[in-house]
Amino acid sequence: MPQRVSLFVTCIIDQLFPKVGMAMATVLERLGYELDFPENQTCCGQPAFNSGYRAEARIVARHFLDTFESSEMIVVPSGSCTSMITHHFADLFQKDPGMLARVHALEKRVWEFATFLTEVAGVEDVGARLDEVVTFHDGCHALRELGVKSAPRRLLRQVRGLELREMEPAEECCGFGGTFSVKFDEVSGAMARDKIAAIQKTGARTVVSLDSSCLMQIQGALSRAGSDIRTMHLAEVLASH
Amino acid sequence: MSVEFDQKIHQALADPRLQLAIYTATGRLKQHRISSIAPDILPDYQELRTQANAVKKHAIENLDHYLQEFERNVEAHGGKVIYAKDGEEVADFVLSLAKERGAHLIVKSKSMTTEEVDLNERLEHHGLESVETDLGEYILQLAHERPYHIVAPALHYTRYDVANIFEKRLQVPNETVIEKQTAIARSVLREKFLAADIGISGANFLIADSGAVVIIENEGNARLTTSAPRIHIAVAGIEKVIPRAQDLAVFLKLLARSATGQLLSVYTSFLSGPRRPGEIDGPDEFYVVLLDNGRTKLLPDRGKRQSLYCIRCGACLNTCPVYRKIGGHSFPWVYSGPIGAIITPQFKGVAHEPGLPFASSLCGACGEVCPVKIDIPKILLDLRSEVKKSETREKQNRLEKLAFQVFAWVVTHPRIYELAGRIAASLAPGDGSRWISSVTPAMNIGPVRAWLSQRDLPPPPSKSFRQMWRRR
Amino acid sequence: MARDPILHRIRTALGRSAEQPASDPPPVRLRIPTVPMEARIASMITRIEALAGKAAETADPCGVLAEMLEGKTAVASNAPCLAEWGITSLPGIRSGITDREELRALCATADVGITAADYALADTGSLVMISSPQEARLISLLPPAHIALVPRDRILTGLDELLTVLPDPARVTSSMVLITGPSRTADIEQILVRGVHGPGQIIVWIV
Repeated sequence: MPQRVSLFVTCIIDQLFPKVGMAMATVLERLGYELDFPENQTCCGQPAFNSGYRAEARIVARHFLDTFESSEMIVVPSGSCTSMITHHFADLFQKDPGMLARVHALEKRVWEFATFLTEVAGVEDVGARLDEVVTFHDGCHALRELGVKSAPRRLLRQVRGLELREMEPAEECCGFGGTFSVKFDEVSGAMARDKIAAIQKTGARTVVSLDSSCLMQIQGALSRAGSDIRTMHLAEVLASH
Repeated sequence: MSVEFDQKIHQALADPRLQLAIYTATGRLKQHRISSIAPDILPDYQELRTQANAVKKHAIENLDHYLQEFERNVEAHGGKVIYAKDGEEVADFVLSLAKERGAHLIVKSKSMTTEEVDLNERLEHHGLESVETDLGEYILQLAHERPYHIVAPALHYTRYDVANIFEKRLQVPNETVIEKQTAIARSVLREKFLAADIGISGANFLIADSGAVVIIENEGNARLTTSAPRIHIAVAGIEKVIPRAQDLAVFLKLLARSATGQLLSVYTSFLSGPRRPGEIDGPDEFYVVLLDNGRTKLLPDRGKRQSLYCIRCGACLNTCPVYRKIGGHSFPWVYSGPIGAIITPQFKGVAHEPGLPFASSLCGACGEVCPVKIDIPKILLDLRSEVKKSETREKQNRLEKLAFQVFAWVVTHPRIYELAGRIAASLAPGDGSRWISSVTPAMNIGPVRAWLSQRDLPPPPSKSFRQMWRRR
Repeated sequence: MARDPILHRIRTALGRSAEQPASDPPPVRLRIPTVPMEARIASMITRIEALAGKAAETADPCGVLAEMLEGKTAVASNAPCLAEWGITSLPGIRSGITDREELRALCATADVGITAADYALADTGSLVMISSPQEARLISLLPPAHIALVPRDRILTGLDELLTVLPDPARVTSSMVLITGPSRTADIEQILVRGVHGPGQIIVWIV
C-alpha cells in the first residue's frame, strides 16, 4: 500500500517556477509515493507575517490549515515556507488555544523536501544523473530554522556525474529576505552581488538550493551581471537522469 | 523608513573605501571569533551559551533583588551606589561630586552607556574636561564623532584620517605611521591619567554577591582610569548585574571570544570599592552609578525582555550581512547592528525609526552567534508587527495595509488567486524565456522598480504548476 | 533620589513584591580539568609567547633578572618572595615603597615594573594580580615593560579553578586583575600595536 503524500508547492513555485514542483513530484513518484495536490492551496502567509501584518497572516494560515489538515504528510520544496508553517504558525495563534492545537498537530506532518527524502523516505540515492559542476546555496531559513545542512549535500553526492563544490564564504544570506529585497533594494542587491562573486569563485556552472526565493534572487543577479551560470532547485537536480 | 535612514544607507553603500573598511574589519573579527570557539578549542561552547542565557534570564527576572544585593555589598566595601533615571541624573551626580571635590579633569574609559547619555557633552557644557582614553574613542572625541561599532569604534577611519585629526586638534606634525600615532596618543593621555581628579569607567558586569564591577579591555586605559585618579565612578546599565563572581567563569569565556576571538581580553579587572587599608594605590572613593534610562521599559514584555541580556560583544554586528554593508553610522542611535535594531525601537518607540526592524533579511545569523542566546530574529518580527499596528493606528502607510488585506483575500480564494496569477503573467514583457531587465514606465513602479534596480525578474511560465498538474 | 522609583518600576514590571526573595538561580558552572604541573607550565609558556610575551622557567630568578635589567631602572613590588630571591637588592631597582605618590612618580619614569603574581592561569597564559600592601596596582601598568615572577605552585589550570580557590575576590582586595599578554590595540585600520597604555613588553619567569 503506497504511502500518500500531499504536495504544498508554494505560491512562488506555482506561479513562477512550476517545473520545480513537477520535478519534486517526479522524484517522489519514482520513490513509490502516491501524490495528491490539494487544489485549494495557495500561500503559507509568510509575506504578510514578515511584513508585520499578523492579522492578515492569520487569515492565510487558517486557510492553509483548512486545506491541509486532512493530509497525512505534506512535502514542501522550500525551507522558508516550511519554517513559516512549522515555526511561525504557532506565533500567530498564541492567544487561540483551539487554533494552536490544530497548528501543533499539523506541524509534525510538514516536511521540507530534502529532509523528507533523507529522514522519512530514508534515501540518499534517488537514481539521478547530472553531469555538472555545482555549488550549493544554503537558504537561511532551511539552515538556521530547520537545521538543514547535510541532507541536500548527501543527496547531491549520490547524483551520478555531479561534482559539488562549496562556496567561500559559506552560509551567507543571498539578500532576498522577502520584502527586504524591495524595501532595502540597494542593500539586497549588494548582498546578491557578494553571493554571486562567491559562486563565481567556485568555478561551478550551476547553483543549487532548496529555496526558489533564494534562487530567484541569485538568478536575477546573475542575469543582470550577464553571467551564464544557471540555477536549479534541488528537486530539478534530483529529477534529472 | 525615514528619509534620513534611507539616505544614510545609500551614502554608506556608495562609499567604496568605507565598504572595504567595514567588510575587512568585521570579517576579521568574525573569523577570529569562529576560530576561538571551534569544537576542538572550546568543546562546551553551546553549553556555555545555554548557561549564560539561563544566568542572565534569572538575573533579569530577579533584577530588583540583585541590584539591592549589589548595593549592599558595594557599600560594605566602602563604596557607594547611586541610581540614575536618565543621563541628566548621571551628569548631575558627577558635576556635584566634582564641584565638592574641586575636580576639573576627568579621564574616561570606553563605555557605551556613557555614550548613550552623552555624558561628555553634558560635563563639558559645565566646564569640566572629560577625556576619552581608549584610542579609538579618543580619536572620535577629537573628531566630534560617534562610535562606528561597539568594539571597533574608529572602524571607518584610515591612518590618514587619524593623522589629520591629530594634526588639527593636537597641533602635532602630520604623522601617518600607526605605531607613532599610538605613541602620540599614549604620551598625551598619560599626562591626563596622572593629573586627573576623577576616572569614569563603564562596567561589563556588576557582581551582586561581591559588590564588584568587572571591566575588560585591551589597552590598559581602563586600569589607569580606575587606578590613578583618587575618585573612580563606574557607570553601568542596571541590566549588567549578574548574581555571583563564579558566574564569570561562563561569561568571561564567552565575551572576549565573541567580540574579538581572544581567549581573554588583555586586562580583566575585578574592582570593589576604594583601596583597602594597606593597599598602596587605588582610588580613595568609589561610586557605581546604576542607569535606567528606559531599561525598565523593556522589562514588562517577557518575549522582548531578553534584549537586556546583551553583554555588548559585537558578534551580531560582525556577522550581520546588513550591518556589514550599511555600517554603524546608518543607525539612528549609539547602538548599531542587530542589537541596536531591537533595542532602539524599545527604548525610543517604534516610530523613532520605523524602518529599523525591517532593515534585515531575517537570515538569523545574529541569533546564532549571540553568546547569551538572545532570539534577535524573533524580536525583529515582533517589532515589525508593532510598527504596523502603530501605523494602522496613526493611519499611516494605508496603501500597504490595503495591499496586504487584498493579498490575504486573494490567497484565501483559490480561483481568484489563479486568475490574478494569469493576469499578472500576461502583463509581463518578453517572450517568456529570458529574464526581464526592464518594463514599461507604467509598470516600473513600487516593488517592481525596486527589484529591477538591482536584478532581473523571472519570466512568467506559460503554465502555472496547477495548470501543469491538471494536465498530467 | 531615583532609587526607589527605579526599584519600584522593576518590581512592577516583573510582578515581584518588595523583599521577595530571588527564585532559585541556575547552579554555578565550574569545570576544573586535571592538568599536571609540567603541562600547566608548558601551556603558560605557549600562550604567553603566542601573545608576543616572553615566558620561561628559571631556578635562578635573581641571576636572570640581573642580566635583563642591565642599565635599566626598575620598580619592584613588596612581594616577600622578591626580597627572598635577592631581586630587590639588584642595582637600579627601587622597592619597599608604600607611599602612593612616590610610587606613582617612580612608576611613571621607570623602564621596568617587577612584580610577583598571586596566581597564574595556564590555559590562557594569564597573570592574576591582587592589589595588596605587597602588590601595588601601578607597577604592572605604568612602566613600558612588566616582569612577573610566578611561583610555579601558583599556576592554576584556569579561571574556573581561580574562582573555586577565590570565590569572592572582593573579600580580600579592592582590585584583582587578570593580565593576558601585553597591552594592545587595533583601533586604527585594524593594525595591531602593542604597548598603548599598559606595558608593551611582558616577561614571565616561572620559578
